[in-house]
Amino acid sequence: MLSIKNLHVSVEETTPILHGLSLDVPAGEVHAVMGPNGAGKSTLSYTIAGREGYEVTDGSILLDGEDLLALSADQRAAKGVFLSFQYPLEIPGVPALTFIRTALNAQRKARGELEVPAPEFLKKVRAAAASLKMDFDMLRRGLNVGFSGGEKKRMEILQMAMLEPRLLILDETDSGLDIDALRIVAEGVNAMRAPDRSMLVITHYQRLLDYIKPDKVHVLAKGRIVASGGPELALTLEKEGYDRIVAEAA
Amino acid sequence: MSAPFRIDLRDVSTFPTRRDEAWRWSDFRRVVSSPAAPAPEIAAPEPGGPFAAIEASETAFANGRLPDGDATAYLTLDGGVHRLRFVTQADASGWQAGVRILVPDGASVVLLETYESSGGAYVANAALTFHLEDGASLERIVLMDEPADAVSVSTATVELKPGARFAQTVVATGARLQRHETHLEHPGQGVEVRMDGLYLLDGSRHADLTTVLTHTGGGETRQMCKGVVTGQARAVFQGKIEVRPGADGTDARMRHDALLLSDRAEVDAKPELEIYADDVQCAHGNTVGALDDEALFYIRSRGVPEVEAKILLTQAFVGEVVDRIGFEPAREIVGPWVAQRLEALV
Repeated sequence: MLSIKNLHVSVEETTPILHGLSLDVPAGEVHAVMGPNGAGKSTLSYTIAGREGYEVTDGSILLDGEDLLALSADQRAAKGVFLSFQYPLEIPGVPALTFIRTALNAQRKARGELEVPAPEFLKKVRAAAASLKMDFDMLRRGLNVGFSGGEKKRMEILQMAMLEPRLLILDETDSGLDIDALRIVAEGVNAMRAPDRSMLVITHYQRLLDYIKPDKVHVLAKGRIVASGGPELALTLEKEGYDRIVAEAA
Repeated sequence: MSAPFRIDLRDVSTFPTRRDEAWRWSDFRRVVSSPAAPAPEIAAPEPGGPFAAIEASETAFANGRLPDGDATAYLTLDGGVHRLRFVTQADASGWQAGVRILVPDGASVVLLETYESSGGAYVANAALTFHLEDGASLERIVLMDEPADAVSVSTATVELKPGARFAQTVVATGARLQRHETHLEHPGQGVEVRMDGLYLLDGSRHADLTTVLTHTGGGETRQMCKGVVTGQARAVFQGKIEVRPGADGTDARMRHDALLLSDRAEVDAKPELEIYADDVQCAHGNTVGALDDEALFYIRSRGVPEVEAKILLTQAFVGEVVDRIGFEPAREIVGPWVAQRLEALV
């Protein structure tokens, strides 16, 4: 599904942040990328999603064999890439419902599919909101405007559920969530697990992985993957911290 | 209340220049350097214009002339919806016209005022006065849709009796020089005032929205002005609120926010509050900025292409002004009209 080879990324043409990062996430698997602050976690997620200003100086990112780096952010989304933001933006004046419908229809158009009929869209979005315990009236207000941290993360999961991406990238999805919100968000994510869908869970803490069980855990430090293992690796990191494993890899 | 400049197109000595403080960013004399020849007589336009879909009575000027040849209209509007149209078909010539509007006690009126032309380097000079009697209410919605090489000035003075309500929304798309100016004296005594504006400019268009509000009694004023500017266009916002001695309890809020979509576009803003009374609540805010890159990326990361994402953000930005139009049928015309303009700008 996702194949990243020898990725080198600089931001603002000066600071190299990722140096030779390689990572494979097969279809149907959930991989966690853990790392200390400044390791390059957000750079990795922004680079996969196609944010401008993140310059790839070497390496490749393929999604089912297709070169993502040749595509703009919106084209990547239409191919099935979805980034759940660590800090979702507030968009005043654009109701969430309008936003999600615009996005869904833009993606469908890019894929040569017909627009979703309004009644079908509304039915689906109502059901998705209910399962995330979101008040439907929130969807009529400006996107994320005045929402709490937990509400914003639920809105991300709602968008994910509506857009049905093939590759989910969760960037620090647990930050700013209390335990109840974390459980609801994790349930939303787990409901999306599917044989033809892959997930990359990017997190500093092991806590989120109690709720979203990864198949594999990778440690990102100083711009590279320095260790990979099963779910037990996350527990080791939680106990021992990042210092030893990063030092060993150096 | 500081009086507006009285431009007489026949007399160059009345043409303001940038040395006149109120015209420092809109140098009229630079673009009109000699007296304007009178615009030709043309046939009265078919009734309608941009607000044709709304049932209304109508007063239409054709090159500054009413059907009977007069250049001044005296209107008493005692209810309902009225269209006031200034239609120009002229080149290298000009017109000046006057309108005096009286809204009697307790009457409630919507005025749909439009500046229309299919093209030409004309000079237009409209002077309007509004007089609202006790408890009268007027919502004035202005669309200025003029050619890129025209010069157009519209100046209004507004007088309000106790309990009157005056609400204004001006939408300007600029011209070589387009200026919409409103002078209003707010006597307090239950009077409510809303003074909104919106400008959408591309090419090398210039629009100037100037308001001068004078509070002589307490009372409420709300002002929201927004604009989107691209190309080498230039917008001017001058908003002055003066609170005179004795106008205690005044509550006035003014906002001006502009989006610059190109490096060569320019916005000159001068919000001014002068307060000489006590127990006054006044606030003003003023921002000029570009579209937020992060918001743009967020929208694009959901699959919306760049141009559509920009349209979505700019429409959301200006939508707030359109949403404040109280008369729904007009709002439903102005909304799509603005959206169409924005698509051309982005």
